[in-house]
Amino acid sequence: MAGRVQLRTLGLGKRVPSGADELVILSDIDLEVQRGEVLAIVGASGSGKSTLLALLAGLDTPTSGRVEIEGQDLFALDEDARALLRGRSVGFVFQSFQLLPALNALENVMLPLELAGRADAEQAAREVLVRVGLGERLWHYPRHLSGGEQQRVALARAFVVRPKILFADEPTGSLDAASGRDVIELLFELNREYGATLVLVTHDEGLAARCSRTIRLTAGRIQP
Amino acid sequence: MKGSLKLALRMLARDWRAGELRILGAALVVAVASITSVGFFADRVGQALVRDAHQLLGADLVLASDRPWKADVSEEITGRGLLRAEGVSFISMALAGEGEAARSQLAGVKAVSDSYPLRGRLRVAAAQGQPDAPAQGAPRPGGVWLEERMVSALGTPVGSRLRLGEATLRVDAILTLEPERNASFFNVAPRLLMNISDLPATGLVQEGSRIRYYLYAAGEPPALKALEAWAKPRLERGQRIEDLETGRPEVRATLDRAQRFLSLTALLAAVLAGVAIALATRRFVERHLDGCAVLRCLGATQARLFAMHAGEFVTLGLGACLIGCAIGYGAQQVIALALEDLMRTALPAPGLLPALQGLLVGLVLLLGFALPPLIRLRNVPAVRVIRREAGDAEGAARAAYVFGMLLLAALLVWQAGDLRLGLYVVGGFGAAIACFALVSWLALRAVASAPAARLFGHLPGLRGSAFRYGLANLKRHARGNAVQVASLALGLTAVLLLGFTRNDLVEAWRRSAPPDAPNRFLIGVQPDQVASVNDFFRERGLGPPALDPMVRGRVVSVNGRPTGESDYQEERAKRLIEREFNLSYMDAMPAHNELSAGAWYAPGAREVSVEEGIARTLGWKLGDELGFTVGGERFSARISSLRRLRWDSMRVNFFVVAPAALLRNFPASFISAFRVEPGAEAALNALPQRFPNVTLVDIAAAVRQAQAVVDQLVAAVQFVFLFALGAGLLVLYSALIATEDERRREAAVMRVYGASRAQIQGAQRVEFLAMGAIAGTLAAFGAALIGQLVASRVFELDLPPNPWVLVAGPLAGLALLTLNAWLSARKVLRSAPLAALREA
Ligand SMILES: Nc1ncnc2c1ncn2[C@@H]1O[C@H](COP(=O)(O)OP(=O)(O)OP(=O)(O)O)[C@@H](O)[C@H]1O
Ligand SMILES: [Mg+2]
Repeated sequence: MAGRVQLRTLGLGKRVPSGADELVILSDIDLEVQRGEVLAIVGASGSGKSTLLALLAGLDTPTSGRVEIEGQDLFALDEDARALLRGRSVGFVFQSFQLLPALNALENVMLPLELAGRADAEQAAREVLVRVGLGERLWHYPRHLSGGEQQRVALARAFVVRPKILFADEPTGSLDAASGRDVIELLFELNREYGATLVLVTHDEGLAARCSRTIRLTAGRIQP
Repeated sequence: MKGSLKLALRMLARDWRAGELRILGAALVVAVASITSVGFFADRVGQALVRDAHQLLGADLVLASDRPWKADVSEEITGRGLLRAEGVSFISMALAGEGEAARSQLAGVKAVSDSYPLRGRLRVAAAQGQPDAPAQGAPRPGGVWLEERMVSALGTPVGSRLRLGEATLRVDAILTLEPERNASFFNVAPRLLMNISDLPATGLVQEGSRIRYYLYAAGEPPALKALEAWAKPRLERGQRIEDLETGRPEVRATLDRAQRFLSLTALLAAVLAGVAIALATRRFVERHLDGCAVLRCLGATQARLFAMHAGEFVTLGLGACLIGCAIGYGAQQVIALALEDLMRTALPAPGLLPALQGLLVGLVLLLGFALPPLIRLRNVPAVRVIRREAGDAEGAARAAYVFGMLLLAALLVWQAGDLRLGLYVVGGFGAAIACFALVSWLALRAVASAPAARLFGHLPGLRGSAFRYGLANLKRHARGNAVQVASLALGLTAVLLLGFTRNDLVEAWRRSAPPDAPNRFLIGVQPDQVASVNDFFRERGLGPPALDPMVRGRVVSVNGRPTGESDYQEERAKRLIEREFNLSYMDAMPAHNELSAGAWYAPGAREVSVEEGIARTLGWKLGDELGFTVGGERFSARISSLRRLRWDSMRVNFFVVAPAALLRNFPASFISAFRVEPGAEAALNALPQRFPNVTLVDIAAAVRQAQAVVDQLVAAVQFVFLFALGAGLLVLYSALIATEDERRREAAVMRVYGASRAQIQGAQRVEFLAMGAIAGTLAAFGAALIGQLVASRVFELDLPPNPWVLVAGPLAGLALLTLNAWLSARKVLRSAPLAALREA
């Protein structure tokens, strides 16, 4: 049932030059993620989690190996084609929210739809914002929203395009425990409703336990 | 693409609303407003200047001939809808009194039609010693207007009668100013102005008399051009067309200088605006790098990102340019109204070209200085969303700046209409920016160095830890701060240039037609009279009049090849080579001349020194051998130097001068330009009697008029400087806020980690003070240097160095950054650390 494999890596590795020699950040990452699966990536700080996520999403280029999304070799595409692919089928949630400060909540959520040239951007964005409980804060700028609210806007922005696969890098890392919990609940709910595959980087073992599968990174390798 | 444009417009609206583009937009509006208002105004003043200058000619176009003009020419003028006047001039003896009391005086007679002058006014006084006023037209039939010294010579006050040929005419007024006149004071007797209808009665106009006939025309430029084109091929020998260029070199010099002043100011405003825009865009880009990384995560391609931002900026640019143009037009209108009184006449309506130029300059500024940083946005790697330090590659942007600079340079050269001026400004600014950046970087590092730190540590108010932290900051931010200091220095340079150097330049300009300029010419002194003329002056307590010998000659060959009219295309060159001109001899170069090439000749050499303008017109070069004929004799001499003359100096100038040994034996007469202080004129009354053949010409009125023109121009130019000043202040402002974000973020972090307000403030103060002192010092030297260069190279004026600039620069720098430290501290420290962090 190869059709159910949504994301696959083969011998994925990343090295960066560091002075005279090379720093190995990731090596020999072989991974398969099934459609609809919720995968947690855990590991110590500096173990390479964010780097792996960036490679999986095609934000960065590997020094060895490959990444396939739905059978498409990501790095056989050029950066622009990868961008288009991201626009079509990938969503992101970041630790630091990454909302555009000059845009209000509604506009931030509309942005990916506008980039895709969707005419119903505003309507769709409103609906998702209402869904994440921010129906009253549509016109607020990020700097006037709390961290939890900002991350909920980010969730809305990620799901509004109905991505096939969603990457989240420590989505609660910048939040206090309570709003972190709220955001995680919302993330799981939305993921169920929208039926996306979820790849989640976290420090939180409790959270990892709620995922369908966990992989552990140690010094750039998957711990067996 | 269509989608991108729509998105671009949306992003524009959003960024605008969020205040992200306000500074950039303001920079553009001010830039375009200043450029267009300067352009509009310069255009109008330029037109007015040309028109006023025509007043000095008495018309827009003058046709001169040594024979009466045929009726078809004069009909052609009116037939083309132009105004026409006629004039006839000749030298004749005027007589007054009877018997014992009879007196005579050679008069430069000019008979004019009622419509004369077509441009400008003559000035007359009702009696000797009374204030003068503009005259209504020309003398009435039966009346004459006399120059004052003619009245003294003949003893004919207003109301008395004189005889000219067979006619008796009544003296109606004292002629104090005849603009057209000054062109040729060398060979004129005092003026007698009469009505042309009285001319036949005098019986003086006969075959064989040396008479010149003039036709004056004035009206719309196209009709004038057409008339000129029509008349040119029909001119016969002894007939020519006079215009400003050929008639009045000294007026031309003043006009050119004014035009350069205006152009320079416009250029200054443009370059400053460019810097402000570069700074504002840089800030915009810095604030949008993260956003662009996010956009790339969300699926925007590089082309898309670029199209979006380019669309956003171009739309902004167009809008800002249009607003700028409108403001520029309005401002210019207000200035023109305010200056109307000063300019004495309504200014002509401005042309459309300045608006177009303003638009173009605005767009080029925007694209030239905003495009490079936008390339940075386009190239931002998506991975920046995860690793913030990723992708701050400024390299590509730097290369693109070069493109922007070149584009701007080309445009500015075009706008200035003067290659040299444009290159000076653009090159000067480029060099200044590079130099400022390098020196500030070095200076910042030096200030932050350990020995300096120990030295400054003793100053009060610089508390220990804050001080150390401030110095550490200086070192850590060395590169960013260097850019900021260089920009500040640039803005300050502009302000200093406009604040100090402008005044000095204007003063130097005023001095160039100095109040102590000569106001009398003495013409026709014979060699055997030189000693007695000097005695005459000495006896009356006047300084000796510095008589220069004058030998009339002609150039007949160049490097052995005969030369003549047919070698030249240009009218002026033809005339110059054809006619006899004045040579002089002297062994030392006159103080008011300036050597521009070669070396001054030795007393015994067969060499001459030539004025650079005539050499250029006639194609003579250093080292050419010129063959002269003087009084039937031939000799040749090599050009060993070129001189630059001040035509507006009211001094005696010669195209060609030679060593005394070479010309001493030819027949010569002597000429002098000297000054008589007001009140001492009476001492000269006896001069015409003692030396009947000598002509004394009063050029005081002409000097006064030249001075008035300069004053008027200076006033216009001064105002235009305000715009450039505005642009300079904008640069200062953009430079100050350039690092505000970063400082605020840092301050917030420091406060989170427990730094007190006093510590942060102290640290910032240290940093800002050092930057202010460096920027101010750089600006002081920059302004002093640029001022000197501009004065000597562009305006050909001597500018004494102004020591105050060197004091004011550093003080202004310190004051500015102290104020900024205070304001920015208020902003950063007023809010709670959390809010500050969140905004950062
Ligand atoms: N371009 C790079 N150049 C040099 N070192 C890098 C680069 N990218 C990542 N690293 C290093 O690789 C290691 C892994 O980084 P990464 O951000 O993936 O860790 P992480 O597991 O996400 O850690 P954290 O839990 O703290 O976010 C770190 O030591 C980091 O400094
Ligand atoms: Mg990480």
